[in-house]
Amino acid sequence: MRRYAKFIAIALMCGLLTLFSSSAPKAETASDTVPATAVEGQAAPAGVEAPAAATAETPAPAEEAAPAEEGPTAASNAVAINTVWTLLAAFLVFFMQAGFAMVETGLTRAKNAANIMMKNLMDFSVGSLAYWAVGFGIMFGADKMGLFGTSGFFLSTGDPSTGDGLWQLAFWMFQVVFAATAATIVSGAMAERTKFTSYLVYSVFISLLVYPVAGHWIWGGGWLSQKGFIDFAGSTVVHSVGGWAALAGAIMVGPRLGKYTKSGKVNAIPGHNIPLAALGVFILWFGWFGFNPGSTTAGTNLSIATIAVTTNLAAATGAITAMFTVWVWFGKPETTMALNGALAGLVAVTAPCANISPLSAIIIGAVAGVLVVAAVTLIDNKLKIDDPVGAISVHGVCGAWGTLSVGLFAQESYGGVNGLFFGGGAGQLVTQLTGVVSVFVWTFGTMMVMFYILKKTVGLRVSDEEQMEGLDVGEHGLEAYNGFQMAGE
Amino acid sequence: MKKIEAIIKPFKLEELKDVLNEAGITGLTVSEVKGYGRQKGHVELYRGAEYDVSFVPKVKIEMVVADAVVDKIIGLIEETAKTGKIGDGKIFIVPVEEAVRIRTGERGESAV
Repeated sequence: MRRYAKFIAIALMCGLLTLFSSSAPKAETASDTVPATAVEGQAAPAGVEAPAAATAETPAPAEEAAPAEEGPTAASNAVAINTVWTLLAAFLVFFMQAGFAMVETGLTRAKNAANIMMKNLMDFSVGSLAYWAVGFGIMFGADKMGLFGTSGFFLSTGDPSTGDGLWQLAFWMFQVVFAATAATIVSGAMAERTKFTSYLVYSVFISLLVYPVAGHWIWGGGWLSQKGFIDFAGSTVVHSVGGWAALAGAIMVGPRLGKYTKSGKVNAIPGHNIPLAALGVFILWFGWFGFNPGSTTAGTNLSIATIAVTTNLAAATGAITAMFTVWVWFGKPETTMALNGALAGLVAVTAPCANISPLSAIIIGAVAGVLVVAAVTLIDNKLKIDDPVGAISVHGVCGAWGTLSVGLFAQESYGGVNGLFFGGGAGQLVTQLTGVVSVFVWTFGTMMVMFYILKKTVGLRVSDEEQMEGLDVGEHGLEAYNGFQMAGE
Repeated sequence: MKKIEAIIKPFKLEELKDVLNEAGITGLTVSEVKGYGRQKGHVELYRGAEYDVSFVPKVKIEMVVADAVVDKIIGLIEETAKTGKIGDGKIFIVPVEEAVRIRTGERGESAV
């Protein structure tokens, strides 16, 4: 039974390869796509004047950019700055993997810590390969019907002997860390009771197919971007995709043993290390300065300054309003919810960050902070969907909010369009809503099917005995904290 | 010989250890435990779900002593570990049938 899962994954890959022309480097196609992405998809669309002009040319370095005999030119320096900036941002976003790992383990029990580490390690490792082989091509390859890409598999566009090829390599590096971010969101929601092999299959699937298709619609020149949908750094592409996949996973795998009693009581299962959870949030906050400002993919585009400011303000405000919300509703300023609040603000501002004023960022973050507490209460305690770290609330719900907020708060002076609150009418808002709903349907739909298949074939959930013993021993044959007597249930 | 088991508030441990050493106690065993008596725990909310903090952390000290000194030791423990507030703890006296020093094989009171 287990073997089927691996064969399915391999067969899927082969099927995709034979279906699509995994052809020779289409440097021109890729370079057409890249500046479009850098400007329209992930960069401030057309709004920022002088820097945008530079952006339009530089991310797709033409042949004259090679400073062979004459020494560096202004153009080649611009390419260099953009490449360095993009890679630096990619490295910051990579470090967010450590952030996710720490948040997830801090909010779950010690007996499952090694398992959480493995899932996070593999999300990135497996995701890197899946995205290199197929994902990147689907996301940014030659467009078919506005739905998916059909070229650039196995990083065929990454020809290191041309300026354009080198840019493709840098751009891939930037994109793969985003893909890995979406993938690793799910490991928290499914923590403490999911079979490791099933999780591996999921991890391949999301980086191979589900994430890239949604990404193509929005950043790869697909139908949503053609409609004018704006998601600058990925509230929907990355966070909602992760969040809705997490929702599907949490529903399908079921709650942890002992979380809910038959009489409907909700039991708290507290995390074992709040300092690690806090460390994780700080690392994520730090990495987000690569996530959002980095999405200009151009250091010559000085709106990176605005974006850094809006990012930070949303995070700070999210933490504060989450703290007050939980203080009022539950009596004390609870640390884990305040931490989730900071993340909620960050997720929410990820879509609008290049198009809004700092004050708008504060409002968006403020709403996200309240929203995340409400969502956690609704999902965990009312709907009885066990989400140990609040991934669905932080990434799914606040990702949707952030995406919609573009339609409200976008200001032409920052990013080229006006939202509802700045005289632009409801047009952008409707476009944003279209994107939110369509990505939800795609992601939640495919993920429910995939998890269902896993559930019925290899099984998704570990046994009750293994849950009690801890997945560290059950799945990986070791203990995260060997030698310490764990006072746990 | 009697075994004296005292369950005390954790922050009293260092002080009590010093007092017992001065009184001539040559060894004891300490473990971290949790429990409750009339000092009941309380309910907290973790992410909106109720979380029963019934058990209170305590320290248990165990020592085996000669019959002659039992009362003196009980008195010392009572005096040192007392704060006057709920949760000060309890002392239990248990008879000990035999004691052996592993290194030398001594038995009885010379083994404690």
